[in-house]
Amino acid sequence: MEIFQNILNALQFGSFYALIALGYTLVYGVLRLINFAHGDIFMVGAYLAYFVAVTLLGIGGLNLGLHVDPALALAITVPATMILTALVGVTLERTAYRPLRRKGADRLYVVITALMAGLVLENGNLALLGASRKRFPDLIDKVIWNLGGVSVTNLKVVVIVAAIAVFLMLQFIVTRTKIGMAMRGISYDKFAIPLMGIPLDTIIVVTFVLGSAMAGLAGILFAMSYPILEPYMGALIGWKAFIAAVVGGIGDIRGAIVGGFMLGFIEIGVVAVFPSTLRDLFAFSVLLIILWLRPTGIYGVAQTTKI
Amino acid sequence: MKRITVKILFAVLALGLGVFALAACGKDSNTIKVGFNIPLTGDIPKVGEASKFAAEMLKEDINSKGGLEVGGKKYKLEFIYQDNESKAESAVNAALKLINQDNVLAIVGPNSSKQAIPAGATCNDAQTVMVTPWSTNPDTTKDRPWVFRACFLDPFQGPVAVNFAAKQFGAKTAAVLFDIANDYSKGLAEIFKAEWEKKMGPGTVVGFESHGTKDQDFSAQLTKIVGAKPDFIFVPDNYNQVALIVKQAHDLGYKGPFMGSDAWGSAELMTLCGKDCIGQFFSTHYAAAGAQGATKEFIDRFNAKYKYVPDDVAALTWDATRLVLQAIQSVGKIDKDVKVERKAVRDALANIKEFDGITGKMKFAGTGDPNKCAVVVQISPEGKFEFKESVCPE
Amino acid sequence: MQKHTFTIGLFALIALIVALSQLNILDQYYTSVIMFMGVNVMLASSLNLVNGYMGEFSCGHGGFMCVGAYVSSLCTVLMFSKNQILGAPLLPPQLAFIGFPIALMVGAGAAAVAGLVVAIPSFKTRGDYLAIITLAANYIIISAINNMEIVGGPRGFMGMSATDRAMSGVIDLPWMLIFVLLGSVFTVWLLRRFVTSTLGKGVPAICQDEIAAEIMSVDTNRMKLIAFMLSSGLAGLAGGLYAHVLGYVNPQSFDIMRSTEVMVMVYLGGMGSLSGAAIAAVSYTVLMEALRFLDVWKWVVIPLLLILLMQFRPEGIMGNKELSDLFPKLRKYYSFK
Repeated sequence: MEIFQNILNALQFGSFYALIALGYTLVYGVLRLINFAHGDIFMVGAYLAYFVAVTLLGIGGLNLGLHVDPALALAITVPATMILTALVGVTLERTAYRPLRRKGADRLYVVITALMAGLVLENGNLALLGASRKRFPDLIDKVIWNLGGVSVTNLKVVVIVAAIAVFLMLQFIVTRTKIGMAMRGISYDKFAIPLMGIPLDTIIVVTFVLGSAMAGLAGILFAMSYPILEPYMGALIGWKAFIAAVVGGIGDIRGAIVGGFMLGFIEIGVVAVFPSTLRDLFAFSVLLIILWLRPTGIYGVAQTTKI
Repeated sequence: MKRITVKILFAVLALGLGVFALAACGKDSNTIKVGFNIPLTGDIPKVGEASKFAAEMLKEDINSKGGLEVGGKKYKLEFIYQDNESKAESAVNAALKLINQDNVLAIVGPNSSKQAIPAGATCNDAQTVMVTPWSTNPDTTKDRPWVFRACFLDPFQGPVAVNFAAKQFGAKTAAVLFDIANDYSKGLAEIFKAEWEKKMGPGTVVGFESHGTKDQDFSAQLTKIVGAKPDFIFVPDNYNQVALIVKQAHDLGYKGPFMGSDAWGSAELMTLCGKDCIGQFFSTHYAAAGAQGATKEFIDRFNAKYKYVPDDVAALTWDATRLVLQAIQSVGKIDKDVKVERKAVRDALANIKEFDGITGKMKFAGTGDPNKCAVVVQISPEGKFEFKESVCPE
Repeated sequence: MQKHTFTIGLFALIALIVALSQLNILDQYYTSVIMFMGVNVMLASSLNLVNGYMGEFSCGHGGFMCVGAYVSSLCTVLMFSKNQILGAPLLPPQLAFIGFPIALMVGAGAAAVAGLVVAIPSFKTRGDYLAIITLAANYIIISAINNMEIVGGPRGFMGMSATDRAMSGVIDLPWMLIFVLLGSVFTVWLLRRFVTSTLGKGVPAICQDEIAAEIMSVDTNRMKLIAFMLSSGLAGLAGGLYAHVLGYVNPQSFDIMRSTEVMVMVYLGGMGSLSGAAIAAVSYTVLMEALRFLDVWKWVVIPLLLILLMQFRPEGIMGNKELSDLFPKLRKYYSFK
């Protein structure tokens, strides 16, 4: 039975990796920019969800005297958080990345700016909200089903379903809609696309909106599954999700999903079989070997270098 | 144009260097300086905050009475707080800064063994007294005449947990989940395992699993542990991880008890953990609920001032700081040369044989480690840490 | 004579710092900050070889530093201090003067070998995928050390200060300071010599265009191997010094945060500028210490400052120029290329 339980565990944690990896991959696919602040946008999403939820439930935050039913609160929190997180992502793009892009700065400087922006978000949060961790309120009643020795909570199911739904939606947007076509176009040739009458900046903003909203969604789901919020919660999971995105083939939506779930399965699998101290060692060695064998990741396409 | 920008940049850099060099101008007056090397940011900021609050309270107490009386003269106290970011190397830097720049007489902290072990080496080399309130790892004070502590040690705490669990739960088998990247957690987990197997026979620790400091998902480890069907789970972890671990174990269908260690005892545990932690036990330095005398007075005042019941770190910082102050008082005079004074403080501190702290009586036998009792508390349905049993060393 | 002014000035400065530290005019805190500066200069300039000159994006420099730190510490602890593995020290303290540099070299060599983990995949992989390999390498190294009980695992490893004490016991000088200063001068000198040599010109050639470089008979795989191994080897040297300055190492000290810091120094100084890397390393260390009083806000202010700097000077302090390009008159004062 342990094996089924572990498959379920892996699916749940893999879902978080996948959701965050989607954000990395979207931005990367369009801008060739590793948005290292993404893990921290995820953290901001979780905090925003917390503030929206406690305000609605009337147990903290802005004291509006509201006492909304938890189920309704959840229904409002999800879209509100996604919109607010998207705003954070867009603000970041407008204030930090766009001026650099306009100046034609080296890509790596944008990456460093992203890293720094992530640090500002983490530590700004710590400085403003203080050292105490926040506890996310229970918005849905936890139900534990026991299926022949395998414990399933309703949250686990929601998380896994959400990750797959988001993947299908993004896959549809990117491959079937005009905006998606423009996004792929920009990643193909950033200079020719504006000549075709496609508003470059608008598309980039849309990308950030999508990516950050997904991080916001991941933030809510994460806060509900692991209800302890702290400013550094996005750092480690962010780095790992980034690695997952690259192993899957960064820039490809399918890659993010496959990479995310794969990392989840490897990590949980290692712990299930070997002493858990070896988890990072084995998990990253496996990823390293995958990259040795397939230097551009599972779904990645080798970039042609022009002479 | 560009070149000018560069030159301006250089000018700014040079200016910065100059300011940095000038920043070190000590002032001398009728004050006694004590340094605090505590984690105000990083993994366990609440611990640093609690230490700071307790220290501030003590300082106000004494300064409002005109200061600390040493040899018939009153000296104002000045406490200097340095953040060690909950990192080992930062703790070393903070200690060096306190010793060389701020010229403190003694240092209280760092709290975690992870920082206290290296910072202890630094203080010992620099011949400055360091008293750690919360570091329970034996290495912190080992072979270091200048380093003291105000709490018991892991080799004592481990057996306390073993004996209590064996008695309370009637347990025959145990499982352990610990943080591999934390000296404290790992050290205690190993001591616990050795003790338990000594008592119950080899193979009775049916699960011995670890995780990383920043992990949030423990489902794989817990699946393994739950599958091994232990009578209870021992979790020597920081309070923030405990909350997640207990919840996830319940999600996986585990219904048995948990046993914890002193790192559970933070004011934040119940806010974070909620109803999942009710009824669990842990060993700690003092029990806030049902305290008497000076301990109760401390708890009430702290609660009135900072709006929460002080955890063990706050109480231990209070004791550690008072230990330092008592040593300073017993020296009887403040020497102009801080090095001479530090030596005198160390000798005075080493001469303290007994100390009546709010976390219990401490007896020192010259090693810098106190001989003191541990208590085991149970978390009540109201979220209070209720006294269950007190275990004293023979 | 004028040609040697710079060299003489540099060594005079080192002698001055050592003398000031010896006479206690520079207290121990300042001395330690200077030592961290030296270590950071070594790290930043060695990473600059890969990230700046070769145009790759290596974000696992902390891992190689870790290898160097642990290997050299293990050597000196076995040789010069009481330890759990062998008991009494193997060698008398007088030999520390020879033993310590050898231990540092062994550490650097081990780090260079560890650099192979990154260097070999780099033949096929480039850009962001290589970045991930370096990142994964960093995680793997740290996780491996966490699992090695013999060096204390996550508890960290100590006993290195015995070497320092052994040396000062024989001749009373701040030996660690001397070694760190000499080490950083050595690192910058070696890198300078390397990138200006005929062989080393292959490194920027790879950055410009790998295929063209290959056509021009640059053995790109060999160049990458050399560059990665040199870079990680020097990081290992820096790690060894760092471990002995601190007297304590802990795998967490070498995690992604450390690698990020080094990366920041490189890009702050300017890609492909050794003097830029050195200046950035020095100013970054100063900033970190000078802003300590800000407590929690320090880590908000520093990244914000860096973001602002990137906005106004997106190529870093020096761009890809050296100090001598900005102040051509400086050229009169030194002789090396």
